Amino acid sequence: MAGYIFNRILATIPVMAVVALIVFFLLRLSPGDPAAIMAGDAASPAQIEQMRHQMGLDRPIAVQFFVWIHQLLSGDFGLSLHSKIPVWDMIAGRIGPSLALSISTIAFSILVAIPLGVIAAWAHGTLLDRAVMSFSVIGFSAPIFLTGYILVFFFALKLDWFPVQGYHPVSDGASLFLRGLVLPTLALSTIYIALISRITRSSLLEILGEDFIRTARAKGVTEFSVFLKHALRNASIPIVTIIGVGAAFLISGVVVTESVFNIPGLGRMVVEAVLARDYPLIQGLVLVFSFVYVVINLIVDLLYTILDPRITY
Amino acid sequence: MRHLNRLSWVVPMAAASIFSIGAAPSHATTLNIVMESRVSVLDPVLSTAHQSRNHGYMIYDTLLALDEQGVIRPEMVDNWKVSDDKKTYTFTLRDGLTWHDGAKVTAEDCVASIKRWAQQDRMGRALMKYITDLHADGEKTFSVTLSIPNDLILTAFAKPSGIPLFMMPKRVAETPVTDPITDYTGSGPFKFVAAEYKPGVRVVYVKNEAYVPRPEPASGLAGGKVAKVDRVERIEMADQLSAVNALIKHEIDYLETVPFDLLPMVEGLPGVVVERLDTLGYQPVYRFNHLHPPFNNKLVRQAAMYAIGQEAALQTQIGNPKYYRTCAAVFGCGLPYESSAKSEMVIPSDIEKAKSLLKQSGYNGERVVVLQATDIPIIASMPIVIAQHLREAGFNVDLQAMDFMTVLSRRSNRGSVAEGGWSLFVTTWHNTEVEDPVRSFTVSANGNDAWAGWPTVPAIVEGTNQFLLAPDEEHRKQIAARLQELVIEEGVVGPLGSVTKPVGYSTAISGVLHAPVQVFWNISK
Repeated sequence: MAGYIFNRILATIPVMAVVALIVFFLLRLSPGDPAAIMAGDAASPAQIEQMRHQMGLDRPIAVQFFVWIHQLLSGDFGLSLHSKIPVWDMIAGRIGPSLALSISTIAFSILVAIPLGVIAAWAHGTLLDRAVMSFSVIGFSAPIFLTGYILVFFFALKLDWFPVQGYHPVSDGASLFLRGLVLPTLALSTIYIALISRITRSSLLEILGEDFIRTARAKGVTEFSVFLKHALRNASIPIVTIIGVGAAFLISGVVVTESVFNIPGLGRMVVEAVLARDYPLIQGLVLVFSFVYVVINLIVDLLYTILDPRITY
Repeated sequence: MRHLNRLSWVVPMAAASIFSIGAAPSHATTLNIVMESRVSVLDPVLSTAHQSRNHGYMIYDTLLALDEQGVIRPEMVDNWKVSDDKKTYTFTLRDGLTWHDGAKVTAEDCVASIKRWAQQDRMGRALMKYITDLHADGEKTFSVTLSIPNDLILTAFAKPSGIPLFMMPKRVAETPVTDPITDYTGSGPFKFVAAEYKPGVRVVYVKNEAYVPRPEPASGLAGGKVAKVDRVERIEMADQLSAVNALIKHEIDYLETVPFDLLPMVEGLPGVVVERLDTLGYQPVYRFNHLHPPFNNKLVRQAAMYAIGQEAALQTQIGNPKYYRTCAAVFGCGLPYESSAKSEMVIPSDIEKAKSLLKQSGYNGERVVVLQATDIPIIASMPIVIAQHLREAGFNVDLQAMDFMTVLSRRSNRGSVAEGGWSLFVTTWHNTEVEDPVRSFTVSANGNDAWAGWPTVPAIVEGTNQFLLAPDEEHRKQIAARLQELVIEEGVVGPLGSVTKPVGYSTAISGVLHAPVQVFWNISK
C-alpha cells in the first residue's frame, strides 16, 4: 500500500507538468494583453510596450516558460502581475474561505444525499421515491446563482436569519463563521446532493437485486440492516467515485457561489485573475486546483480498499 | 532552501485565513463601502482607471481642487501668485502638511510629483512642452514658468479626473512611470493599511490623525477634508445584486453605483438614500477605426453617425430618463465648452439620411466589426443598439461580445478586420475628462499617435494647440465651438449623450458630498 501511494504521488509530477505546459501556452494564445490592461484605456503603444517590458512579457515565450518552470521547481509561483504580491501568498491568504465552503458542502451533501438516496431506494416506485428524484432533477438543473439568490431572498432579506454576503473567519466567533456559511453551503450543495442521491439510489437498487440480499432477508435480517449493513456498503464504491468526480463540480460551483455570496476565496480569485489576465496568478491557481483534484482522486482510490477489502493495490 | 521557506508560509497563512482576520478594534467607527469595480492598480498616476483614482483621493492630497460650483480652490496650497506677464506661477504650501510617515511635505516633493504626473497625464504632457522651468524655491514654495502666458496650469492642477495631480513624497514620485509605486505614503485624510490589503477582497484605510484640514467647510473636492470615521473598509463585491442586497440589509453603508435595473429595489426604501452625488456624469462615446474600410471613408462615417442616434442607445442602457440626457456636446454636457453644433448628425437616428449617404459613399458591404464590452454596466447594451441601427441603414455588421480587457487588447490591433482588427468601439469617460480638447482623448486626431481609431485631422490637432495657447476664455470658447463642428463632421468621435449614476447609502451615515468623484471625508456614521 505504501508503495502504491508513493507511486501515485510520483505520478502526479508528469500530470502537473502537462497541466503547467497547457495552462501556460493556452493563456498566451488567448486574447487579452495584460500590459494593455495595466497601462490603461488611454495608454499609447509606447507605454504599453514599456509595460510589457516591465512585466517581462516581451521576452520570447519559450524563455518566459523556462523562467517560470525554473521558479516553480524552487517553489516560487512568481509575482502577481498586478499587485506584485507573491502568488503563493495570495493563494494561501484566500484558500481558507474556499476550504471552509468546500468542506461544509461535502459534509452537508453526504449527510443529506446518502440518506435521501437510501430512502428513495427503499421507497422505490412510490411517491416518496419520485419526490426525492424530482428534487434531484431540480437541484441538478437549477443554476447555483439562481438557488443562491432565492435563498438570500427568503432567508436573509425576508426572514433575516442569515447575512446576505460575506465571510467571517472562526476568530470572529463560531456563530458568525457558521451563519455566514449556511446559505452558500446550501446553494452549492444542491447540485452535489442531487448527484450523490441519484447514484446512491441507483447503486442501491442494483445491489438490492443480488442473491446475497435475498439470502440475508431469508435469514431474517431486518430491513434496516439489509440496507445499511449489507446493501449500502456494497453500493458504496460508485457513491465514493461520484463524490470524487463531483469535486470538479465543486471547484466550478465555488466560483459562482463565492461571487454571489461575496466569499473571498479562490473561486473568485480565478475569475478576477482571468479578467485581469494576471498570468502568474492564473497559472498558480490552475496548478493548485489540478493538484487538489489529483489528491482527491488518490483519496477516493484509497477509500476503495477500506470499503471493499477485495480491492488491493 | 527557498522552496522550503516558501512552503513553510503556506500552512500558517492558510490557517490564518480560516481563523483570523485583521478586524477593527470594537470602538472604531468603520464605514463599509462598495465601489463599482475593484481597484487593481494602486498607482493613480500609472492608470486612468477610476478606481485607482478613487483610491488616490483617499490617501493623497492635491495642490488645488474644484469646489461644488467647479471653482478652483487652494487645497495643499496656501496661495499662489502669478507674474505680471502671466508666465510664472509661484505656489506656497500651507502650514502643517505632513506625510503619513511624519515627514514634512516640501516643495521638492511637489515638484517631483508634478514631473511624474506630467509624463502620464495628457494635459500635463501638453503643458510640459511650454514649461521652461519647474523648481522649488524653498521648503514651502515652488514655481512653474511657462514660455507663454497661460492659466491652464491651474486647470490642470485642479482637474478632478483623468489623472488627478496627487502629491507624493519625492522618493516615491521619482519612481519611473513605467513602474508602479510600491510605497503608498501620502498626505491625505486617510492612510492605506497595507497589512490588511487583500487584492480583490478588501482595501482598508484608517484616519490620518495628523492631517490638518483646511478651515473652510468641505465643498466638492475642495475645502476641509475632515475624516469623521476611524476606518473605511472598501469591500470588493463582484456581484451587483449581492451589493444591493447588502445595502438593503445594512451590511454595507455605501454603494457607489446602484445598477439602473435594480433601482426599484432600493428607491423609497426606509433606511436607504438613493441620490445623484455626481451631477456632471459620464459621456459614452463611440469611435471609428479610420485606418481601414469602411470607416476610412468620411461619408461612410457620417452615414453611420446619422444612423446611430442617441435616444435608443441611452434608453436601452439606462432606461430611467432621470439618469440620462441626449446631448451633442463633444466637450461634456453642462460644462463650459458645451455646444450643440452638428447635433443633427448625432442626436436623432435618421436611417433614411444614413442610407442616402451610404449609397453616395460607394460602400460595398465591407464588414463592420463592432466591439461590445459586456462587463461595463454603463455601456454594455449600447453596441447592440448601434449595431442594429447600422444594419437598418445597410451596413454589414459583425457585433462581437467580449469582456472589457479583451476589448482593450483588440482595440490596440491596427490591422484590418480580417487581421483581427475592429471598426467601432464604445466606451465612456467622465465628463470632466473630456471637458476641453487638451485633456480629452476622444478628440485626439494626430494619426498614428492618436487614441484608438487613429484619425488624422491636422485641423483638430492645430485647433487643440490653439486652445492651449489661447490668451483668454473667450478665445477658448470660440476654438472649442469650431472644434466641436470639426470633430463631428470628420467623425472623430460620436458622443452618446450624458449619463449620471445613482449612489445608494444608508441613513446611518451623513455628510456625503456632492462631487464628481466619490470621496469619504466629511462622512459621519
